[in-house]
Amino acid sequence: MTPVVIVDNVQITYVDAGGRRFVAVDGVSFDVREGEKFVIIGPSGCGKTTLLRAIAGFVAPSRGTVLVGNVPVREPGPDRAVVFQDFDQLFPWRTVLDNVVYALAVTGRARGRAAVERARDFLRLVGIEAAADKYPHQLSGGMKQRAAIARALAIEPKILLMDEPFGALDAITRTQLQHELNRIWRETGVTIILVTHSIQEAAYLGHRVLVMSTNPGRVQAIVRTDHVEDMDGEAFAEATRRLRHLLGGEAEGQPVPAAEITRKEVGEAQ
Amino acid sequence: MRGELELARPRAVPAPGVLRSPWVRRALILAALIAAWQVYVTVAQVKPLLFPSPTAVGEALVRDLTSLSIPRSTVTTLQFLVIGTLVGAALGLLLAAFSITSPIGHELLSILTSIFNPLPGVAILPLAMIWFGLTPTAIIFVVAYATVWPIAISTDMGFRTVSPTLQMVARTLGLKGFRLVADVLLPAALPHLLSGLKVAWAFGWRTVVAAELVFGVAGAQGGLGWYINTARYFLETPRVFAGLVIISLLGIAVEYAFRLVEFRTIERWGMKKTG
Ligand SMILES: Nc1ncnc2c1ncn2[C@@H]1O[C@H](COP(=O)(O)OP(=O)(O)OP(=O)(O)O)[C@@H](O)[C@H]1O
Ligand SMILES: [Mg+2]
Repeated sequence: MTPVVIVDNVQITYVDAGGRRFVAVDGVSFDVREGEKFVIIGPSGCGKTTLLRAIAGFVAPSRGTVLVGNVPVREPGPDRAVVFQDFDQLFPWRTVLDNVVYALAVTGRARGRAAVERARDFLRLVGIEAAADKYPHQLSGGMKQRAAIARALAIEPKILLMDEPFGALDAITRTQLQHELNRIWRETGVTIILVTHSIQEAAYLGHRVLVMSTNPGRVQAIVRTDHVEDMDGEAFAEATRRLRHLLGGEAEGQPVPAAEITRKEVGEAQ
Repeated sequence: MRGELELARPRAVPAPGVLRSPWVRRALILAALIAAWQVYVTVAQVKPLLFPSPTAVGEALVRDLTSLSIPRSTVTTLQFLVIGTLVGAALGLLLAAFSITSPIGHELLSILTSIFNPLPGVAILPLAMIWFGLTPTAIIFVVAYATVWPIAISTDMGFRTVSPTLQMVARTLGLKGFRLVADVLLPAALPHLLSGLKVAWAFGWRTVVAAELVFGVAGAQGGLGWYINTARYFLETPRVFAGLVIISLLGIAVEYAFRLVEFRTIERWGMKKTG
């Protein structure tokens, strides 16, 4: 069976206003299979978001190809739903339910009563049906992320792209949502590409983890973590150790604890 | 806990029952101001021709309200104002939409606003009179002119400051062109749009009154500016004041209407800009 996503020898270059070119990622190749939970991890600035944007269709590679469902990515589309780290990804002028209903209607997935039914199903799936009639500003950060996941899943994308979706959450909510995401994946079987800074998150959630090195961003290793069942067993400990060593062996030689990077990111986002 | 609460309580003597309502307090302050005015006029023996007493102004108000001359003039002025503002808003939105969807539109808007924004609406009035004569069209033209720039500028600013995340979400949902503008950019820009409308309304209001002062009657019935100017001509100072009172009251009403709209929309959605 051919993979859903094929990233083949991709280079992505940003050109700034002065015309200077900056190669963010180079020579990156990997593929993602249907129904897989694929995690991308790496130090800050290594190009994780950039890669995800290329799959989503927001940036075009300057070399190489990105195929989704065997078709080159040209522009963003509802077959690749994205969940972002920021809490402002819901439409503030629509209730939680309307956010999902609108996404269904505008993508032609469902209309009218059917759309409302379906939206409620997905709100139930992520556990916020009680907040259906609230406006986004009335929700906690964790609830906003749940709503965003519901909206992304409701339009039945081929792939769910997630860019540090739990990065701005407190540790307790974060752990809770990691478990929930695993459950949601079991119930829907959706293909997930998840970008994270957290070694624990990668080891726990991922089937495979792509470890990136920086300057420019390249593939350092792809680690299998699909045997990790929970966060307590030896498999989890072994996987996190492995990932930590890979990330610690960076050119700068500075092993950066994942938790610390995460905290820095949260500070920046505020 | 309890002790802290006691300490935090304001020192002022608690107001008795009715005074708690801000509306009652405001009405009382207003009454006091009017009373002071009345006392000043009677004690200082000012010439009524220069500075009439509030009672004289009140009488003129009642007389012209019942004779329908004030209501007619008000309707005329509001008509010019609303039509002009609607035309200005429509053009402003179009310009802003063009500006956000194409680089040429962006340049066009920035050139147009730098040329015309410093030119006040009244300054265009002579030109409007040459083009359209002494017709309602001339007044509507200057009002539209006065309102289009603040609306275009603030809407464009609103469009440009829409969160990049929200824009990416919109593009993921496949939104483009008109749909993108109407469904995402416009509501997201609503706080800016509303403050632009407020500025536009204030500009339009000044412009329409000034234009009527210069203009006299355009069409069947003169507006409030004309009403005031006619009263001045016949030295009926209380009626001049009556006209000013009406203009002030309308301004307050419009302000209130804006607050209501804000409360129902951007405040309810948590989008109101703080500070
Ligand atoms: N729009 C842009 N224009 C120019 N350079 C950019 C742009 N976006 C990102 N970059 C650069 O590309 C590199 C990769 O950025 P990217 O955001 O993909 O990193 P990241 O791995 O997601 O980092 P983080 O973990 O901090 O989110 C960085 O050096 C960044 O400065
Ligand atoms: Mg990133």
